[in-house]
Parts: sequence; structure tokens; C-alpha cells
Amino acid sequence: MADAPVYIDPRLCKGCGKCVKGCGFGALKMVDAPGTNKAGKLAEVDPSACRACSACVSACPFKAISEVKREVVGTDDLDSYRDIWVFAEQNAGRVADVAFELLSKGLELKAQRGGGARLCAVLLGAGLSDDAKNALVAAGADVVYVVDSPALADYEANVYVDAVSQLIIKHRPEVVLAGATAVGRAFFARVAVKVRTGLTADCTMLKVEETKNKDTGAMQMLLHQTRPAFGGNIMATIMTPNHRPQMATVRPKVFKKAPPDPARRGKVVMEALKLAAAKTKLVKVIRDPGAVDIAAQEILVSGGRGLKKAENFKMLFRLAEILGGEVACSRACVDAGWCPVSRQVGQTGKTVAPRLYLCFGISGAIQHLEGIRGADTIVAVNSDPCAPIFGVADFGVVGDLFEILPRLIEELG
Amino acid sequence: MHVVVCVKQVPDTTNVRINPKTNTLMREGVESIVNPFDEYALEQALALKDKFGARVSVVSMGPPQAKAVLREALARGADDAYLVSSRAFGGADTLATSYTISLAIRKISGGGAPDLVLFGKQAIDGDTAQVGPGVSEFLDVPLITYVKEMDVSPSADGAPAAWRVVSAMDDGEHVIEGSFPAVMTVLKEAAPPRYAPLSGAIAAGRAEIAVLDEKALAADAAKIGLGGSPTKVVTIFPPPARDGGEKIDARGDAARGARALAEFLSRKGLVK
Repeated sequence: MADAPVYIDPRLCKGCGKCVKGCGFGALKMVDAPGTNKAGKLAEVDPSACRACSACVSACPFKAISEVKREVVGTDDLDSYRDIWVFAEQNAGRVADVAFELLSKGLELKAQRGGGARLCAVLLGAGLSDDAKNALVAAGADVVYVVDSPALADYEANVYVDAVSQLIIKHRPEVVLAGATAVGRAFFARVAVKVRTGLTADCTMLKVEETKNKDTGAMQMLLHQTRPAFGGNIMATIMTPNHRPQMATVRPKVFKKAPPDPARRGKVVMEALKLAAAKTKLVKVIRDPGAVDIAAQEILVSGGRGLKKAENFKMLFRLAEILGGEVACSRACVDAGWCPVSRQVGQTGKTVAPRLYLCFGISGAIQHLEGIRGADTIVAVNSDPCAPIFGVADFGVVGDLFEILPRLIEELG
Repeated sequence: MHVVVCVKQVPDTTNVRINPKTNTLMREGVESIVNPFDEYALEQALALKDKFGARVSVVSMGPPQAKAVLREALARGADDAYLVSSRAFGGADTLATSYTISLAIRKISGGGAPDLVLFGKQAIDGDTAQVGPGVSEFLDVPLITYVKEMDVSPSADGAPAAWRVVSAMDDGEHVIEGSFPAVMTVLKEAAPPRYAPLSGAIAAGRAEIAVLDEKALAADAAKIGLGGSPTKVVTIFPPPARDGGEKIDARGDAARGARALAEFLSRKGLVK
């Protein structure tokens, strides 16, 4: 049986319970231990819930809790890893916006990292144009690694994994970032396993800072990867101290895309890789011409459970048309079959960052609020004056949406 | 045909709240449920059992209480269930978890990979969607994600031979073909989960569930649990609050509410 990541000294524990309050993962509890101290209680740690964040170590006023040191098996020669990479997802030759958002963040990380680290983009595809490569340079890439092969014409997870893993093993980047898109999420998780390193999904904050390695005591430049956990109820900062590269995914629209600078200069490196054969066959792609990418919209009119039925969304479509936006919804509407999942905002849907998020009948569950954190202006109409959505709305109207919505359409239409 | 479905017991995160005084999670009274996405993966497996007589095994990694989700899967029609559980697995991140689960899958399928391994799209507590892809790498088996339709066609002797799936990607629906073995992650848009018959529930309640620990899996101690996890949680803190702004009460006077709203939008330059 393995030990827990922290040791609680029963001789020093006073049974005060401060560590229980300090633990964000519910991993500590007080158990009755008559005769051990005045309180007759001792702290106990549940090793399956403990994430070794050491919050309890600092929370204990009696220095009764210490971290258990353990042997670390990490990547060899950590210092040989240097550059900051961004996976430049492309579709039909067009680089996805999220890659530019990540390059903008990458410029900040490069400045924080110093030490001659370069910002590099990785572009996979078949028959890629110079436009795509130049756009990546203008967005800040010092180097664009290009793998151009007919095998990469379509996304096939297994070939993508092979290409990116080979490049990582060859060039040893210190940080690798990808967009948490359908493509990025799936194959990147497999790349991280292939190169045996850590991957933090859906980061909302990233920075590089000199940090003490808790295992070795050495000072290192580490990527601080912050993401929501437990349905957005808590934020966790995660690091990958002993393995390289440090990998993270970020949802589209979480970081802002900086304007390109055509004066920037960078190097395009064509990589001729011997790629694994595709193991699956893409027969066709069915594109829905009516499909909308709600993440790309400037104005979203969104509906929740309060809309009561699918046909009531007609009013939202009318309002969206007037405002020049699109219609989104909460998870409840997808579960009820009123809306397709492509329109869902929130943790299991999309993260959006419109100029205006105008929502009706959405109470504002934490998972939903997580998805609209980047909205410039939030306006809410809800019949419940205590709905959490009002806690984040710039303008809130308490009232019956079925009476307000038609009048609003009239006012604006 | 052998299908392994990986299921996870998760706290019902829609009910997890933060204690505003201590900024910690309030876990008391939060119900544990089967990760909702995993139920759709199980349904796909059971459909293959109906059609081809596939053996359906379910695997869950977690504390002893996670046997409950395995019993639920047995009640619905799974043939055998395995709990991957040990204190040594505690604190595992997605790399260590993928390694551990892949060992368990190999163990129950006689050392190799089964024909098909199914996962839900993601678990609602961690939301990483990383373990399915991670397991596919450890098993060295092709990976297909976001499956919303699955069609398995038989060969001349009636055995399942090839699959064709629809995978929902950002640019549209990808129709993909391939052969076994494969690892797939399944979406909610797939067939709805079936209910367990009463007889199944009674039998599942009595069923033995094998527990696989690090010894049973012959796991490398350096690759499991917290010690085998490259990622470390360093700090936790409450999410940054966004302040609410103006709020008006328009109950009983909808016209006033609509007018105020229109004025706000125009003041902000959001309407022409």
C-alpha cells in the first residue's frame, strides 16, 4: 500500500481542523482519537483524493503536516528542452484562429522564458500554401516547422500523432500548446502519452515563471497551467516539473489574438518525415452548410430552460437577426432536444467571447458561466431575481421573458 | 467479439458548490453518479452484444465505492466487471491513469487488446477527454473520437469484421471506416442508454466484482499513482468573480423592462 502524499504527525496534530478547511479537494477529515490531544481528534488524509498540492502543509499552525518526498522518474536532460511550440491546426489550408490566439500568448511566454527560447509553429497538411506559413510568421513564429505530405491531407489521429511526436523527439521543445478543438484534444492527448509527459486540458491562464521544483529543490522556468476543475467550481494551477515538454491545450476564444505584424521575420523549415500508415479511412466529410460556429460570433442571443419549448427559440432567432448575431443555448436545451449541441455554450459545450451575450431564461449554472467568462457584455433576462446569472450580468432584467422578449423585438425591430 | 467499456464514477458536479467562507469544495451530500457520457459508450457495446453476441466487459478505476457503477453496468447487460483499485493508484493524472487502465484492459483480454474499447467523450469531473486517447496509445490501437453513430458489418461467417462510424468534428461529420481493434470515444448523440431490467438489477447486486490492484496488474511502481504522474497540482483558488452590474425588476411591467434593455443596448452601441 502506498503512502499518502502528506504525512500527519499524530504527536503534533492538535485536532483543530484547519487543514480540513484548507484542503480544496476534500481529502482531509477529522477522526475521533480520544486521548491524543485536547480536542480528541486527529486529521486523516484520503490518499485517493489528495492531489499533493500542499495547501494543508501551510494551513497547519502546528507544523504537523509535511510532504512525503518520493523518488522522481522524469525526462532525462531537462535543460536540453528550449523552445515554445504552438500546434497550428489548419482546415483546407486555412489556419484556425485558435493557433493565432496561442501564438499571441506564446509571444508573452517567450518573453517570460527568456534564455534564447524561440516561438515556433507546427503546421501539418498537404499542399500547404505560403499564405498559411507567412500568416504564422506575422503572428509571431520565429520558426514554422512544416510537414507537407499527402498522408496529412485529412485529419487522421494516428498519423497526426506520429508526425507531432517525431518532431517533439527531434527538436525537444520545452512547451507545446494546442487548441482544445475536436482535433487538438483528441490527438494531443495521445501525443503526450507517446512522449511520456503531462498534458493539462483547457487552460484558461498560462505563464512561465522561475519556480522551485518541490522534488529536487532546483529553480526552474516552469509553465504555470491554470484551469477550472470540478465543473468550474475551483481553479487549479498545475505544473509539469520533471517531464518535457510541458504540454497544455487551450479552448478557442480564451486568449485574445493580437494583430499580425507583417514586418516580422521567421524561418520556414520543411520537415521530411517518414510517417506511419493511416489505420482508418476517412470516407467523406458531411458539412452542414447551415452550421454556425457560435464561438466566432460577435453577438449571441442565448436561451435556457426558461424558454420551455423548442418553438419558442423562434423569438430568439428573430432577435438575433435584428442584432446581427446568432442563437446559442444552455445544456438543458440540448438535453431536452430543443437545440443541437453545436449551439451549446458552457463547459461541455463551447467557450464563447462575444461582444454581447444576451440571455433569456438561463439561470447561470457554474458550468455555463465558465463558458461566457470572455464575453464583453452580458445581459440577462430571468424570472428568478436570485438566479446566479445576475451575479455576472452587466445588465439584468427580472421578469417574464415571454412578455419582455416580444416587446424587445418590437423596440429594436 | 470482445468489447471493453471504461466507466467512471463521478461526483454530480452540477451540485458541487464552494463554501464561500473557506473557499473549499463542499462535498457533503453530493451524489456519486455514473459519468453520463459513459452510459452512451455502454449502450453501443450492448448493441454489439445484441447483434453479434459480443462479450461486454466493464472496467472502472476508482475507490471501492465505484463498484456501484459497475453493478449498474452489469444490470444493464454487461457480462463481467472489474474494479481497478488500490491506494497506490491515488493521485494519478491522465498519463498514470491511462497506463493503469491499459494494463487492466490487457489483463482481462488475455494480454492483447480486445476488439473494441469504448469510452464516453469525457468525464464531467475532470473534463479532460484525455484518458481514452491515452489508453489507445498504450494499447497501440487506432483512435477514433466523438463517435455519434456506429455501424459494424459482419463478414461471411457472421462475425463482426469492419466498422463505419460518424465522428462529429468541428468542420462537420466525418464518416470513417476501419477494422478492429479500435479505441473509440462516444458522444451523447449516439443511441440513448437502455434501462436495466429488474432481473438484471437483482443479479448484478449479487455479482462478484474482481478487484485489480497494482500486484494483479504487475504495474511498474514508477508509472502509477501520484509518483507516476508528470503533472502536479500546485495551488487551488476560487474562480475570479465577475461583478454583476445594473439590475431592474420588471415583474408586472414588461414594457418598462424591454425599454430599459433596449436603452442599455443602444447606450453600449450594441444596436444600430
